[in-house]
Amino acid sequence: MSLLAGEEGPAAQSGWGHDHERKGFFTDTSICIGCKACEVACKEWNRNPIDGNLEILGSSYDNTGALGANTWRHVAFVEQGRERIEEARESGRKLVSLGMPGIGPKSSGARGATPAGDLSQVDRTPPDTPEFRWLMSSDVCKHCTNAGCLDVCPTGAIFRSEFGSVVVQQDVCNGCGTCVSACPFGVIERRDDGTVSPFAVREEEDPRRGTASKCTLCYDRLVDGEEPACSATCPTQSITFGDHPDLAEDAKQRVADLHARGMTEARLYGTNPKDGVGGTGSVFLLLDEPEVYGLPPDPQVPTKSLPKTYARTGLAAAGMVAAVALSFLGARR
Amino acid sequence: MSLTEFDADRPPEKPRRRRGDGRRRRRRGLGEIGMGDGSREGAVVEDVEFERADEYGSYYGRPVVKAPPWKAPIAVYLFLGGVAGGSGLLAFGAQCTRRPLLRRNARLVALGTVGLGTVALIEDLGRPERFLNMMRTVKVTSPMSLGTWVVGGFASLSGVLGALEVDRMTGRKLPLGPLRPLLGAAEGPASLGQVVLAPLLASYTGALLGNTIVPTWEAGRGHLSYLFASSASLAAGGAAMVTTPVAEAGPARLLAAAGVAGDVVSMHRMKESMHPLEREPLETGTPGKLLTWAERLAVAGGIGALLGGRSRVVAAASGAALLTASALTRFGVLNAGLESVKDPRRVIEPQKARLAARRAAGITDDSITAGG
Repeated sequence: MSLLAGEEGPAAQSGWGHDHERKGFFTDTSICIGCKACEVACKEWNRNPIDGNLEILGSSYDNTGALGANTWRHVAFVEQGRERIEEARESGRKLVSLGMPGIGPKSSGARGATPAGDLSQVDRTPPDTPEFRWLMSSDVCKHCTNAGCLDVCPTGAIFRSEFGSVVVQQDVCNGCGTCVSACPFGVIERRDDGTVSPFAVREEEDPRRGTASKCTLCYDRLVDGEEPACSATCPTQSITFGDHPDLAEDAKQRVADLHARGMTEARLYGTNPKDGVGGTGSVFLLLDEPEVYGLPPDPQVPTKSLPKTYARTGLAAAGMVAAVALSFLGARR
Repeated sequence: MSLTEFDADRPPEKPRRRRGDGRRRRRRGLGEIGMGDGSREGAVVEDVEFERADEYGSYYGRPVVKAPPWKAPIAVYLFLGGVAGGSGLLAFGAQCTRRPLLRRNARLVALGTVGLGTVALIEDLGRPERFLNMMRTVKVTSPMSLGTWVVGGFASLSGVLGALEVDRMTGRKLPLGPLRPLLGAAEGPASLGQVVLAPLLASYTGALLGNTIVPTWEAGRGHLSYLFASSASLAAGGAAMVTTPVAEAGPARLLAAAGVAGDVVSMHRMKESMHPLEREPLETGTPGKLLTWAERLAVAGGIGALLGGRSRVVAAASGAALLTASALTRFGVLNAGLESVKDPRRVIEPQKARLAARRAAGITDDSITAGG
């Protein structure tokens, strides 16, 4: 990681180093039933307006569309046939044989080294592959370790809470929109049409109008010792809330269990602290490639290469000064 | 009735009984749905075409990342900020080489453009009344924050210098009173400050757009500052050629020509460095057209400045062409970025490619997806 992102430099001081344990979500999509209770609970608790106009989007049971200013939980629905399932199994198996950290028997080597015993050859084919399957996954703000939105916010409206979550102060944000383009997951968005109750009398002014808006990990509930609305309501415990290290441990255990049952399509998303965003606070267990769920396959926080970008800016400025100086020296009267 | 391949797995359905004479019922508005007049329960949902997710390499072809809510005012700001920065440098050079007309005009152009640019910037905020919240903090990780301070500083200094020039033009008629000697004494420090901030004002916008995950801008990270500084140079040169008599505008013509060369070269190098999917928005559609015309006008203006710059008419026409070229460049680059997020392939394919490249190079421990 560079000077402006990671464990060193100014980003490291942005709200870390307090007594609370970092909190987060573990979303296990293998037991999600697509009931959308999380979406509803989120909207109710946070008083978020609806997106769109109740139209049917024609994408399985997903009529929400995507995460955005008004939608802080989004359940994705994907229908797949046997061929695609087999591809997912193969790609998940490959991830293990690449030597991703943490799976299988403990290796004695360095972190990230290929685990002892080559797992890629182990026959873990389940007795049958289903004809088709439904992937359901509740997506949410990732609360990144190196959060692009927090880094680029020019007003300081976005801060790192004592729970390790990334929260927008709605009364400070002036709606410049820089954070929207700094989120590698397309989560945060500016709420431009802000009414709390779209079909009712629009007397109530939305205090979040014109400001950036996203999941707060229910900051208001956390300070009262409650868990977030979505995980509290999830009927299958697909969404679990807790201390981040425990969740990461649970996630690894769960993926190992699934692999042992032959479901090699299972993989983790966001548990690796060495990834482009320093690991995420919300980790996911996915059953296919991330892009199938609308997640980026290799997100990188833009701040990571900012020192290099600044260097180019400096060079460009110096070049411009030189060009002006030469123009004055070279010009005849 | 929806049809997917999976319907083959379902038991056969009895045909639906049609009501009345079998005519298609009219589409009903949201208000009528459900209870409607209360006499019967209506069909809540019209027939819908369903799509298969695996026809896409993404989630139903929906965008993975979001574009910033930046519209035309931001492109206008990028253009005006560039003109202001370049004019600041020209004004300082003119002051040092005793070109009073060029100095005066460049200072006034700098003040006018930075003022209008700031208005455009504020106009595009979601809550313009909170503009001053930008001044709560200085953040090195935020090009927007640093840029705001650069703009603010440059605008203040330009205000001082502009007031001075207007006072001189009007024969000391501004009601400055006891402030006049102070203003006179501030000229030296103010112009020094202006010349320090000017090149940063012109080039920081490259970092502002580059420090995003918008595919086309992200891919252009290493080149946008060069492109914008060049575009600012040719625009400021053009503005001076329009406003200033040819006798004093020699340096402006040279700067404009240098800017054109830098603009054309950096644009081509930027495009070459990109994944084809990231480059596409710069070359197709409306942004592609804007950028094609930007290049044509810039080259024409540059040639005009070098060959016919000693004629007042040709100089003014070339200057106008250069200003237009710079504006088109900013609109083109901004809109190409906004366009590039609409197709998720522009995000997914380059990311998969760079992940695969790292894996091929033996780096397997930095992927966000892990086997366990």
